[in-house]
Amino acid sequence: MNITHKGLGATRRVIVQGAASIALAGLGSIPFGLAPAFAAADDKYPEDAFKQKSEADAIKSLYGKTAEPSDKVKLDAPEIAENGAVVPISVATTLADVTSISLLVAENPNALAASYQIPPGTMPSVANRLKMAKTSNVTAIVEAGGKLYSATKEVKVTVGGCGG
Amino acid sequence: MASTIRVRATASGETTEVQALIQHPMDSGFVKDAKGEIIPPHFIQQLTFEYDGKNVFVADWGTAVSKDPYVKFSFKGGKKGDDLKISWVDNKGATDTTTAKIV
Repeated sequence: MNITHKGLGATRRVIVQGAASIALAGLGSIPFGLAPAFAAADDKYPEDAFKQKSEADAIKSLYGKTAEPSDKVKLDAPEIAENGAVVPISVATTLADVTSISLLVAENPNALAASYQIPPGTMPSVANRLKMAKTSNVTAIVEAGGKLYSATKEVKVTVGGCGG
Repeated sequence: MASTIRVRATASGETTEVQALIQHPMDSGFVKDAKGEIIPPHFIQQLTFEYDGKNVFVADWGTAVSKDPYVKFSFKGGKKGDDLKISWVDNKGATDTTTAKIV
């Protein structure tokens, strides 16, 4: 069963666009300075990890080790996502010395969704919005003190977010 | 050209909370258009937040991040009126950069 829902994409796109403009309006108008368009990409993008299909392979490619479940990793995700294209997910942890937080959606075509580098002085907490193809386990990985800790939660998707 | 990046960085006490919203299609490469042709992948790969010459947050993203991505995080330090520099680069090599004042 792979991702070939046709037709749904277009409608969803409109909905998502609507949601995004509301969110944009919410942020208000902020004056922007002009800056040269150079991306400060010092830290290498883990391209291979994002190409892995399974969750286990993605974690292995990204970190080269396995994670142990920990109740100190708090994964906040909806139990039921009405729109798989925009699933709000956040992670926080009470663990010390956190260096990165990653999010994986097991049933997506590529399991790794996002990986956040947390330099010293930055709070080990992040919120974002992910796409989910169908009902799936979502796993948060926290790298702390060189070890991996995880939390997993199932999110039921009623309308798949095949990419819209 | 208007910036694709909207940022609100708010200093409160010892920390600064940052919320960013970026306009980007984040096409996954798994979706077909009206003609049945695959829309090629087009997504932001790396988003960087820089404060005082140092990265305070780096997001590495795959195609599973929602269209017009949103992210929220906080870091220690950051004063009202200081600059926060935000830049992204996507899989086609396109980039955008902006500087926001912490409020």
